Amino acid sequence: MDRQAPLSLHVPEPEVRPGGTPDFSDVKIAAAGSVRRPETDAKPEDIRDLAYSIIRVLNRKGEAVGPWAGLLSDDDLKEGLRHMMTLRAFDARMLTAQRQGKTSFYMQHMGEEAVSCAFRRALRPGDMNFPTYRQAGLLIAGDYPIAEMMNQIFSNERDPLKGRQLPIMYSSKDHGFFSISGNLGTQFVQAVGWAMASAIKKDTKIAAGWIGDGSTAESDFHAALVFASTYRAPVILNIVNNQWAISTFQGIARGGSGTFAARGLGFGLPSLRVDGNDYLAVHAVASWAAERARRNLGPTLVEYVTYRVGAHSTSDDPSAYRPKEESAAWPLGDPVLRLKNHLIVRGAWSEERHKQAEAEVMDTVIAAQKEAESHGTLHSGGRPSARDMFEGVYAEMPPHLRRQRQEAGV
Amino acid sequence: MSRRTMIEAIRDAMDVEMGRDDNVVVFGEDVGYFGGVFRCTAGLQAKYGRDRCFDTPISELGIVGTAIGMAAYGLRPCVEVQFADYVYPAYDQIVSEAARLRYRSAGEFTCPIVIRMPTGGGIFGGQTHSQSPEALFTHVSGLKVVVPSNPYDAKGLLIAAIEDPDPVIFLEPKRLYNGPFDGHHERPVTPWSKHRLGEVPDGHYAIPLGQAAVRREGSAVTVLAYGTMTHVAEAAAEDTGIDAEVIDLRTLLPLDLDTVRKSVEKTGRCVVVHEATLTSGFGAELAALVQEHCFFHLEAPVRRIAGWDTPYPHAQEWDYFPGPERVGRALRETVEV
Repeated sequence: MDRQAPLSLHVPEPEVRPGGTPDFSDVKIAAAGSVRRPETDAKPEDIRDLAYSIIRVLNRKGEAVGPWAGLLSDDDLKEGLRHMMTLRAFDARMLTAQRQGKTSFYMQHMGEEAVSCAFRRALRPGDMNFPTYRQAGLLIAGDYPIAEMMNQIFSNERDPLKGRQLPIMYSSKDHGFFSISGNLGTQFVQAVGWAMASAIKKDTKIAAGWIGDGSTAESDFHAALVFASTYRAPVILNIVNNQWAISTFQGIARGGSGTFAARGLGFGLPSLRVDGNDYLAVHAVASWAAERARRNLGPTLVEYVTYRVGAHSTSDDPSAYRPKEESAAWPLGDPVLRLKNHLIVRGAWSEERHKQAEAEVMDTVIAAQKEAESHGTLHSGGRPSARDMFEGVYAEMPPHLRRQRQEAGV
Repeated sequence: MSRRTMIEAIRDAMDVEMGRDDNVVVFGEDVGYFGGVFRCTAGLQAKYGRDRCFDTPISELGIVGTAIGMAAYGLRPCVEVQFADYVYPAYDQIVSEAARLRYRSAGEFTCPIVIRMPTGGGIFGGQTHSQSPEALFTHVSGLKVVVPSNPYDAKGLLIAAIEDPDPVIFLEPKRLYNGPFDGHHERPVTPWSKHRLGEVPDGHYAIPLGQAAVRREGSAVTVLAYGTMTHVAEAAAEDTGIDAEVIDLRTLLPLDLDTVRKSVEKTGRCVVVHEATLTSGFGAELAALVQEHCFFHLEAPVRRIAGWDTPYPHAQEWDYFPGPERVGRALRETVEV
């Protein structure tokens, strides 16, 4: 009788752990400009290669090259740079504010600024994002007042969400920014529903869903792809692959799949993979997908390849699970530096102007913070009323909540 | 006015609302072309078009998740989960999203959706076609939970639910779809055409959510029931000759506490009945409320008659289902205290 070798369980591990030397040699990176730009009405089956490559515009010298280049003017790019710098300065200040006890919690975007800031520019007023907690660039690039974001973070008397939500769980309908939920993946399928509604009403607006690499393992991800595919919903389904889900490397969620983008192919979705640290590439791909959705050609899945430079949150210490130098070794570099260098190469920017801009951006952020703090922080100053706690559970307060509010004496 | 089954009444409610408001859309598994496995959506796709009434992939999460997104856009989706037993894949979307959207966004986004689902046993449905999961929803702030017990209410309540600005879980006792059922399974079934509440007005009318109905006036004991158990309670009162006041709660959340309180203050006794399992069932909430609000009027302990704390069995259907005999015994014991 044949004896079969015992089975064994495969548990993926990252290449390197703390103490090791960062190694991204297995990350295949296409040269800038080398990936084709199909027509927006391309059939998904004809562009399957785009799910396995990386669309890039900015080369090592800082030049914009290839078929995805050329959409943005100097002014557009300078504005984009300012958005990313603002987000970075905002993160720095809020991180410190959390350490000072002015808020309980914060999550930064370090290294991922291009994804949300550049994407926002591809949308039109009325379009709706269904973001996760790491796309505040959608608000900043959409000119949402940063003092308002801070009011929410400080849960103060001006908090637009009346102190009900954890810090950074923003909501702004007017800015096309759906209310953030702590439950991962849920908004991905809601984005598809919003897009279906737009189609049902014969509207021209489109939706964008957002999810991280780790959360693609949630059932909602699968449901979103099925419904988007079935009803050809005008939605852009964005996966931000920043390599890490708290302490879990992306291989745990990705498994044997070549890329996250490749998951879309089985659903018949055009699936693109893009350099998430390349502002121009992100914007170009987002514009391609937006045009596709607007022309009623259906949904697009986009994987943004980037790296989570910062800790997962203010409650996290990445040195416990990955090398401290890993972010410096990340081959796609820093999105802010890359756009800055490109603008310098274009002759539209300089080191001096950049320094000056950094100072201006920081001044703006500090001024906003002063204003926000004047309305209170988590443990001092103005705060939302306890009455607000009972409001808004329903459109009208039912009797049992009235009784409880009375009992609470507010 | 015409005679309608509960199925026809429910269908009629959606027809009326789809006709009144272009933003009402209806979808779910087998809901479109086929008209639903229980015929509740028959003809709606033909009448209103595929983009108003359509079939979905088999994904309860997807059905509810997309409905929430549509509601955020401004539609009023009325979606179906084929059996309440299959709502669990959508539970995260219902609890974490639909119920909290208004609160967490300070009213920027709202979720006026209705999730219809056939519920309850008494049909040899076994473990996954008989459950009564209402307590899993009454525990969730931000939801409304409705259980009709007859065609007249089913239409009026469903119309009110579709027009309601908040998410509504609409549980339809499938045992009542074709006729009233009082638990006397050994007797032939009667159709709704022979029942007073099978008279259903044509056109639009709404029964406000949060209002109970007294089905049988009495002075000896108050019975709190909903859905199929309303009919069982009425039968138990007739069978035992006990002058019970039977209250059909109709809406479990928000609850019509005033009607409950008035009745218990009059009778001094209370029996709570439901098909769902006993422990942490909605009956526990009802018993606690009665105790809190009517303590000095109570002359006997509040009794709860419910499904046993087991999964819903198949062969033992009538040993499990809290029929008129078991309810009657509880009534007798309660009035004799």
